[in-house]
Amino acid sequence: MSVDLEMEEILKVFFEESFEGLDTMESSLLTLGDGSDREMINTIFRAAHSIKGGAGTFDFGEISEFTHSVETLLDEMRNGVRGVTPEALHVLLQAVDVIREMMQSAQAKQPIVMIGANALSGELARILAQKAPPAGAAQPTAAAAAAHRPGPSAQNIGRPLIGAGAAPVRTPTGPFEGWLIEFVPDESLFQTCNDPLRIFDELANLGALDVTANTDRVPQLSDLEPTQCLLSWTLRLHGAVEHARVAEVFDWVDANSSITYEPLHANSQPASTTAAAPAATSAATTAATTAAPPRPAAPRAAAPSDSSPAAPAPAAAKSGAESGSLRVATEKVDALINLVGELVITQSMLGRFGERYEPQDIELLRRSLAQLARNTRELQESVMQIRMLPIGFSFNRFPRLVHDLSRKLGKKVELKLSGENTELDKTVLEKISDPLVHLVRNALDHGLEMPEQRLAAGKGEIGTLELNAYHEGGNIIIEVKDDGAGLNKDRILSKARERGLVDPDVQLSDESIYNLIFLAGFSTAETVSDVSGRGVGMDVVRRNINDLGGHVQIFSARGQGSTMRIRLPLTLAILEGQVLRVGKEIYVASLVSIIETVQSTRETLSCVAGRTELFKHRDDYLPIIRLHDLFGIEPDSRDITDGLLVVLEADGRRVAMLVDELLAQQQVVIKSLETNFKQVPGLAGATIHGDGTVALILDVPGLVRTFLERQSTQIGRAA
Amino acid sequence: MSNQQLAEKDSPRTPPTGIASADVGAQQYLSFFLGGQEYAIDILRVQEIKGWDTVTRVPYSPDYILGVINLRGSIVPVIDLRVRFSLPNAAYDAATVIIVVHVAGARAERIVGVVVDAVSDVYSISGDSIQPAPDVVGSVTDMFVMGLASLESKLVIVLDIERVVTTSVLGDSKAAA
Repeated sequence: MSVDLEMEEILKVFFEESFEGLDTMESSLLTLGDGSDREMINTIFRAAHSIKGGAGTFDFGEISEFTHSVETLLDEMRNGVRGVTPEALHVLLQAVDVIREMMQSAQAKQPIVMIGANALSGELARILAQKAPPAGAAQPTAAAAAAHRPGPSAQNIGRPLIGAGAAPVRTPTGPFEGWLIEFVPDESLFQTCNDPLRIFDELANLGALDVTANTDRVPQLSDLEPTQCLLSWTLRLHGAVEHARVAEVFDWVDANSSITYEPLHANSQPASTTAAAPAATSAATTAATTAAPPRPAAPRAAAPSDSSPAAPAPAAAKSGAESGSLRVATEKVDALINLVGELVITQSMLGRFGERYEPQDIELLRRSLAQLARNTRELQESVMQIRMLPIGFSFNRFPRLVHDLSRKLGKKVELKLSGENTELDKTVLEKISDPLVHLVRNALDHGLEMPEQRLAAGKGEIGTLELNAYHEGGNIIIEVKDDGAGLNKDRILSKARERGLVDPDVQLSDESIYNLIFLAGFSTAETVSDVSGRGVGMDVVRRNINDLGGHVQIFSARGQGSTMRIRLPLTLAILEGQVLRVGKEIYVASLVSIIETVQSTRETLSCVAGRTELFKHRDDYLPIIRLHDLFGIEPDSRDITDGLLVVLEADGRRVAMLVDELLAQQQVVIKSLETNFKQVPGLAGATIHGDGTVALILDVPGLVRTFLERQSTQIGRAA
Repeated sequence: MSNQQLAEKDSPRTPPTGIASADVGAQQYLSFFLGGQEYAIDILRVQEIKGWDTVTRVPYSPDYILGVINLRGSIVPVIDLRVRFSLPNAAYDAATVIIVVHVAGARAERIVGVVVDAVSDVYSISGDSIQPAPDVVGSVTDMFVMGLASLESKLVIVLDIERVVTTSVLGDSKAAA
């Protein structure tokens, strides 16, 4: 049953559309909680319906069967027979997870994971069996209620993915795997213009088909009568297809042939079916051992792997399919096409000069070249634009996460998203998602209080969690903001002292105290939950963000909540830079790290122990880094008041860096120093100026570290 | 005997034996001047020769690393061999050139510029005509010298450019002192 490449393509589209549909279902289900909107239910229903249809077409019987029961429930909601209850919503959300998981295994050409489906289908059946109150009785504030009232279902189901053999209930539709068909045609089959191949093709449309030909009756070639059909076949049709539909295929031949149908059950599958799919066997056996008897996933393996001789490594398909592609808005592609069109025109203009050049054409040539330069620049910008994705891609997962978590923690949370359309580089987007999830979980677990506590504190019962993204200068700012309890400074500090992270007599600023939570292994949580509290994570969060060239800041007020503010560069390849000069040397500092630049006066300068120079900036005393000393350059002047002090921030520490002059602010392309040279302390890379010379890019955090190390070795005690 | 003849007929690209034997072990070397002395390096290591260019100084680098240049978009370090070999008065004039060489790096090939007084010639030197350097040469240069070659009554020092470049770029550079 070889399915050609075209089929593979169609399958791919099916999976893409289905995952999209599942996302739609999920987000709609979450908004549905806020009030039962008829149109919304329709949307969900349609998505479920097309998944069911598609899965049936492509012979993913389990998926279509499971989706069918989901669809039934949705249909009842749609028709107003059943109200939108939080319980039903919760089950539906879990069903979305289950379908997604089944889809993923199907996509990876693995046996379909039935554990979740088995566990949940019982729950679905139970809900369907209930004579539920009609829609009118549904609570309008269902989301809040969902968070508040765990309901009986939560205990019963648990997490559907973990509940291995928990409740393997048969669905009412009956879980048969397909049909075993013995087809012994009459000898005159060919003469009646029937082609068994066509019949088999028809059958294959209903589900994956294994065909075994029985050649016992076929005589020696010398005795063979070609018009006689002496073959018979044993057919295995995998897929929950109704008998009538199978019988229909044989309509034309059944009068003269002997056809027996036997429903196939999972248990009766011979081992050879799985053996036919070696790539899937290991997964199949694990599935079979963990899954409960009624519907082990193993036989499923035969269908997808049979149909894909062209894909020798099906297991690898999944990971490859996920990361390699980029979803680009059509307008961006259109803009690119326009630009390429212009480029072609410019090229033809220039091409003319190559054929015949008259001296008076020089002006025209110049103009064409200028146009070429413009086209190139615009093209470059547009191509860079393609890598930019709205942060909504990352934000989208949070409604669900917050919904599930708040339910689990028994907290009432309202999630507010804003700035979803803010765009940032794909690489940055991918790497920021996990830290964001971590921050959101933290805010939910530690930040927001239980409803009673909130009421006691004179706040509204429902906590607010805000996710906010916006551009600021050349950066993107992402804020995770809650109106919870805020960070407990005293507890953090005492914990830190307890663990010897801070010396007992050291006084720390608020910000330094908050930054303690980024230390590895630091946790003030009294209990370790599976949500957070192990002290793993915040250090990873900060490291990830720093790796991206960004940094994270904490603002917190006791009793009013906290804000985590992440500042990131827009892209990794291009840096918004401030060009500065020390003596004859030109450096570029990332604008992200520059707080401000000031001219100092004598009054603001002081010197500690004759060595450490300090600059009084507002209420802080900042150590002064003399870049010329650090890099061994001859500056214009060694007098601090002659130069400029650039206030830099790195790793939560501020320093003032002495430079001679500030030059332009410009975007620079970051080039690696390491490729041909090596890493240099204090430098993040190099870039090329318009005139072709190289300028070095300062690595501000590294610079601060280098400086502090030198200070401490000079002064002879740890800073 | 007849087998060999057959083999030669079967492979028409085999060059006539006379020329082949003359070329055995002979390699081409690019020679250049450093403080009046002629040095040679394996020409296969040479990517290009370019004129003197503005070099951007890199902090924490030894004095013989002049800095980095922009070579068509890549950042390439430049070593002044005259400073590396402690030769006096390394002047930069019209003849000063940068020989761009490529050597094996940690991950990929490393491209490095080498400043010399002037490029001289290309020689074909057979392997057996390179004599090992006598121990007396001493000092920094010692470890970089592959051997000495006498060509038309003059002495050319053959350098192990790979070693020169790798140790210079990675080696004894002093960090913040």
